[in-house]
Amino acid sequence: MDELPARLATDLDGSFADLVRTHQDLVFGVALRVVGDGASAEDVAQEAFVRAYRALKRYPAQRVAELRARPWLAQITVNLARNHIRARRLHTELDEAADRVPSTEDGPVKLAERRDDRRMWARLLASLPNRYRLAVAFRHVEGLSYEELAETLDRPVGSVKSDVHRGVALLRAAYDAEQRHIAQKEAV
Amino acid sequence: MAVTEDRVISGLESLRSSAPDGLAERVLDGLGLGDAYIKVEGPIGPLFVAYGTHGIALVERATDAGQFEEEFLQTFGRPVHRVERAPEWIERVIQARVWGSGRHVKVPLNLEQLPDFERQVLMKTLEIPRGEVRPYAWVAAELGRPLAVRAVGNALARNPVPFVVPCHRVVRSDGRIGNYGAGGPSAKRALLESEGLDTAELERLPAHNVRFIGSKTTHVFCYPSCRNARRITDEHRVSFRSVEETRRVGYRACRVCRPVDAPFRVAVA
Repeated sequence: MDELPARLATDLDGSFADLVRTHQDLVFGVALRVVGDGASAEDVAQEAFVRAYRALKRYPAQRVAELRARPWLAQITVNLARNHIRARRLHTELDEAADRVPSTEDGPVKLAERRDDRRMWARLLASLPNRYRLAVAFRHVEGLSYEELAETLDRPVGSVKSDVHRGVALLRAAYDAEQRHIAQKEAV
Repeated sequence: MAVTEDRVISGLESLRSSAPDGLAERVLDGLGLGDAYIKVEGPIGPLFVAYGTHGIALVERATDAGQFEEEFLQTFGRPVHRVERAPEWIERVIQARVWGSGRHVKVPLNLEQLPDFERQVLMKTLEIPRGEVRPYAWVAAELGRPLAVRAVGNALARNPVPFVVPCHRVVRSDGRIGNYGAGGPSAKRALLESEGLDTAELERLPAHNVRFIGSKTTHVFCYPSCRNARRITDEHRVSFRSVEETRRVGYRACRVCRPVDAPFRVAVA
């Protein structure tokens, strides 16, 4: 299905643009989940592609041809993004990410509701302990498979799978707790 | 009632975002991969097609690669490198525009270095269907500048993206095939023939004072190469030498080819 790695192996300069266009949403999304704000995520994404290009230039053709592009790019991006926040020494703040959610066709009211809903999920996700947060976000926001996720985070499949399940369970509990809290407030 | 796992997952999916506009372009330009060119087969011989992140920028008949690269550098002030295989969007555009296969595609063109009027002329010319021709005067009239016939000719002569923008489908109002930047009139003729047009017939008609073809059944008149004109059977076919003449008998202009008189003809009429 994916013949892009084969093309990268024989004509890197000619096909690298296809790699960028195909995977830019994933790379940007992964960066955004780690660094939290759009401007930094864009810097990280851009740098990730530059690193990817240099790496591909060095790799033997065989290795390029066998590349699994998604987890490979995701891993480069996660590492760069982590360096980025380490350098910045700031806490991850996902609320900002929810603010720059792309516009939709919906009218203003619907959009406001949607944004609220998104903001809520972004907030709940941000409140997860680190260990679960990225696993859940990469699996369910960015759509990586468990195998891709394991490769991205350089951990066994079983372990990332259990982190995702645990993280989703925590989110359900957090959501329910929040709803109960709202209901109690309204009842008073 | 407790929230379902599906609800949580769809909430998470709603957080997915797209890369900001221009990210890919900045990456590629930063790596010096912004501009590339390929050699492709064309209907009258191979072509060089150069493209950047904004679209197709330069097309020429493939003769001398060094000269083509030099011309790109002169025009755009940056180098272009040759690649063996084009990205998919380029292949789709070549298939659709140069070979006429596949349905309508968006044709991203990088015409930023051209003056407004020249760009408008090229975009209008892009609308002329394969296997049909329109006079220079038609392009001028469509742009609301009916007297700018010569300026249209000059703009087309400088067309940086021939074959993709089909400047070969623009001919003289008197039926002569007119000049052609990418190889002269004989290349233009060959190209039109390759699209199924009978150029001898095309030139013969105006010599016999046939500029427009009308249908006795619909009372609509067209340019001779318009697909609607070609559907008219001999029995119902009527010819005109001017729009003025069609008016006298109450015919209306075809909505597909929107025929007009050349300005100098209006003056004499």
